[in-house]
Amino acid sequence: MDINNLKRLSAQVNVDDFLPASDEEKEYMVKMRPSTTFFKDGVRRLRKNKVAMVSFFIIIIITLAAIFIPMIWPYDYSTMLGISPGKPVDASFNNLRPFTYGATEQARIAAGESVFPHIFGTDANGRDYFIRVIYGTRISLAVGFFASLIVLVIGLTVGAISGYFGGIVDIIIMRIVDVIYSLPDMLMVILLATVLRQILGPALEGTVLEKIGSNIISLFVVFALLYWVSMSRLVRGQILSLREQEYVLAAQASGASGRWVITKHLIPNCISVIVISTALQIPSAIFTESYLSFLGLGVNAPMPSLGSLASDALNGISSYAYRLVIPAIIISLIVLSLNLFGDGLRDAFDPKLND
Amino acid sequence: MNPKTLKYIVKRLILAVFTVWVVITVTFFIMHAVPGGPFVGEKAVSEAAQKAMEAKYGLDKPLFAQYTTYLKDVVLHLDFGPSLKQRGRDVIDIITDGLKTSAKLGLIAAFLALIIGVVLGAIAALRRNTFFDRVIMVLTTALISMPSFIMGTLLLVAFAIKMHMLPANGSTAAGLILPVITLMLYPMSYITRLTRSSMLDVLGQDYVRTAKAKGVSRLRIIFGHALKNALIPVITYFGPMLAYIVTGSLVVEQIFAVPGIGRAFVNSITNRDYTLIMGTTIILATFIVIMNLVSDILYKVVDPRITLE
Repeated sequence: MDINNLKRLSAQVNVDDFLPASDEEKEYMVKMRPSTTFFKDGVRRLRKNKVAMVSFFIIIIITLAAIFIPMIWPYDYSTMLGISPGKPVDASFNNLRPFTYGATEQARIAAGESVFPHIFGTDANGRDYFIRVIYGTRISLAVGFFASLIVLVIGLTVGAISGYFGGIVDIIIMRIVDVIYSLPDMLMVILLATVLRQILGPALEGTVLEKIGSNIISLFVVFALLYWVSMSRLVRGQILSLREQEYVLAAQASGASGRWVITKHLIPNCISVIVISTALQIPSAIFTESYLSFLGLGVNAPMPSLGSLASDALNGISSYAYRLVIPAIIISLIVLSLNLFGDGLRDAFDPKLND
Repeated sequence: MNPKTLKYIVKRLILAVFTVWVVITVTFFIMHAVPGGPFVGEKAVSEAAQKAMEAKYGLDKPLFAQYTTYLKDVVLHLDFGPSLKQRGRDVIDIITDGLKTSAKLGLIAAFLALIIGVVLGAIAALRRNTFFDRVIMVLTTALISMPSFIMGTLLLVAFAIKMHMLPANGSTAAGLILPVITLMLYPMSYITRLTRSSMLDVLGQDYVRTAKAKGVSRLRIIFGHALKNALIPVITYFGPMLAYIVTGSLVVEQIFAVPGIGRAFVNSITNRDYTLIMGTTIILATFIVIMNLVSDILYKVVDPRITLE
């Protein structure tokens, strides 16, 4: 028997094991760089993606402009500049070309006062068009964001329940999903929006929601009713594969409740897929809103949205084509950048989904 | 055909029939949920006249009786009742009138989107990473982000109002050119991207390499091996494409004043012509459901490798 084995078998402690580490040994333990997390790694990949970053900055700039410009702008989206109390309507304010002024404003300029320019002119009712475009952008962005949030919450809840409990619950939910999925969504959206705004109008009177307008609320209801299905399918699929994992079994064996397993194990593990598909939902919601506004089923007047501005512009299209082109460019820019940024997110955070 | 495929087809058929039933039911009850019913808001109608009208359209019967009558009329006779706003005309007549124009518009757009999309996609895949490929990808990305109503109005401004090259009114044959282009661009872009990516996938397959090694001519590889297989995913897009064209034609017909079913539908929304809204929704929805069914079944039948659920 050699000497090492003897040492191991003896009850005596090997003193050599307790010597302070040499510098050479310490070097192994030095962190060369901070360890990266999944999130940091994804952000690093995202920042390398030039297209996604440019889209991201465009979104940020448009969003900030939509939030802050109405606060400092001297004009308001609903004020008809030609109308002042006690005087006849001053039609010189209607349909102003960009950087031109109404009659009273010209008088003020002649008197040496400075008048804030109408950058995009005014519309047929004498409202400053620039602030209407900015305000419309704000509405469109808000509708897209909140609609996606609604879809996320409902889809996540239903999908998680369906995937986790399985059995009869899953079968029932998935049959409902199948039917809603095969409904032609746009037609149903038009149908619901047509009727809901008439039902909701009187019901909302006097509540906080009245300010938002029955049309936008009915739009949200439509999204809540129809668009959660693909999200819930996605979540269910993720959960079905995740729940077979060993750590879920381990948690269940140590007595974890269903809620605990869903919130602590399953959702964090499919979060990236969910975030990405929510991000891609926003442009599609903006798309839907502008489509409905164009059909006259969007926001309540005088509130503008990009779709309703484009729709209104159709009336004077031969002489005021820029009134259509401006909201058109902004919608396309928003939808394009959101789509490209969503694709970038997918590439960065979910290499599995990459096609 | 193996029994598994048959089972899948039967399952899908049942789902489709059920979906159409849901559409009819939802449409009916939603329309009857409108406060006051369809005649509210019309001026100068005395109470007696309103009662008479309700009796004429069967609106005085209990809701469920109305529903069963409606369901029976719709399914058995395609009878959606008279239009509430266009006196003396039946909904089904208005729909069949518009359908002729709309079908022409939609089918030309679908056909062109398919042909041009496949050709562009295949060329882009074969000339991968060249200037042509890049231009195609950038263009299609931009086109996919543009709503159809924006595209339509921009084309209207550019070609009809500024340049006077094409008529703005879509009621003539030449007037259909701009609506067709508007409807075609989005599905064309989508098909281009779909064909390109599936073509790239197929070109990397072993059987293409084997064909090359055997000395098969380039044209034969492209048409006989690659394109044939690359087109299978395009079949799945067939249903969604027709759905897009149907909903797109609603606004496009409105913009270009095409006298089709879409324009009738949009007008019926503004006029609150409820029976017309119901009829059009049901007809268009059934069409979309059938098209989705056909494209899904075709997809599974064409490619035996695809596993069935």
